[in-house]
Amino acid sequence: MVGNDQIQAVIPRLRRYARALTGERIAADDLVQDTLERAWRKLHLFRAGTDLRAWLFTVMHNVYVNQVRASKLRYSDDASIEELALREPDADGLVVRDLDRALLALPPDQREVVLLVALEDMSYEEAARTLEIPIGTVMSRLSRAREKLRGLMQGLPQGGHLRVVKT
Amino acid sequence: MSMQPERNDDDLKALSAALHERFDPVVDEAVPERLSRAARPPLRRYALAAGWVAVGLAVGILAGWQIHGARIPAVAQQDPGAIARRAAIAHATYSPEVRHPVEVGADQEAHLVAWLSKRLGASIRAPHLDDVGYTLIGGRLLPPSDGNGRPVAQFMYQCKQGTRVTLYVRTDVRGNEETAFRYSSEGKVRVFYWIDRSHGYAISSADVGKDTLQSVATAVYKQLNP
Repeated sequence: MVGNDQIQAVIPRLRRYARALTGERIAADDLVQDTLERAWRKLHLFRAGTDLRAWLFTVMHNVYVNQVRASKLRYSDDASIEELALREPDADGLVVRDLDRALLALPPDQREVVLLVALEDMSYEEAARTLEIPIGTVMSRLSRAREKLRGLMQGLPQGGHLRVVKT
Repeated sequence: MSMQPERNDDDLKALSAALHERFDPVVDEAVPERLSRAARPPLRRYALAAGWVAVGLAVGILAGWQIHGARIPAVAQQDPGAIARRAAIAHATYSPEVRHPVEVGADQEAHLVAWLSKRLGASIRAPHLDDVGYTLIGGRLLPPSDGNGRPVAQFMYQCKQGTRVTLYVRTDVRGNEETAFRYSSEGKVRVFYWIDRSHGYAISSADVGKDTLQSVATAVYKQLNP
């Protein structure tokens, strides 16, 4: 039996992922709330003994896909994002805005893979299970996302020292 | 697709470090109350209360047997499933109506609610279900479920695709019982129903799936028990 406490414990991670995914605080928390409500309705589908956190990420993925589709954006859209003019990184490091902008410029399916692997530290296999796609699809999406983010990543210092820009 | 793991891994590590630096602070933020609430089982508090009522009822019945050596009549009158059957019949009768699905339309909602409250002898409300995609189209008065009961109300809702759900409300339930959500399939009609002291509620539909109907039922419950 899944307890309230176990679900509560995953909320901070769900919020972090949702924030990066949607790029916006309120939308992110809406996504988390929809996920939790759906999780309770679908709890009979959760298999005891498996990873609850991974399952909740899968539920969130499904809610997110529905939201993206309802908003008439394309979930998987490989259109060029060259029009995204990344600024030359400042001499003293990349600015936060560029990271946010670059993430949001990725098609949602690629953004999910990037975030699960690079932010949630999932293996390709875990990411594949979470998104319910073949592992090869994870790798190809990640590869395409990397291509697009190359400009951004070249500007990243190895230690990743970001500077928050007050606007 | 060309994978160049060694060169790319450095890129990925840098990206990972940048993402962690940017988004890790979210983990330490206080969790908003609405999310903590959503993490709790939707009907847990209610189910817990219903559980205690059941224990009390069982103790009462046992005491009744021992003290009087007789069955407590009120128990026999409580057949919560009866409300599901009656609600399903009323749904099947009126929801297919094209011209006269309701007696009083939602354009006269205040009048509708006042009239039904008066006839049912208790204040009732028509929940607003627009958040779950259903709009009130109106309501009607139905005959009592037995000769001693009060009349019953039916509110009808419709979604954009035209599917209808009805809310059946009784105010004459005896025994002061409370139940958690129960589900019943009455022929083609699916029903979620529950009893809250003297009020019995049933939400019915022949056209929507169990999950959707449950979300509608939950929305009704939340509005009636804010």
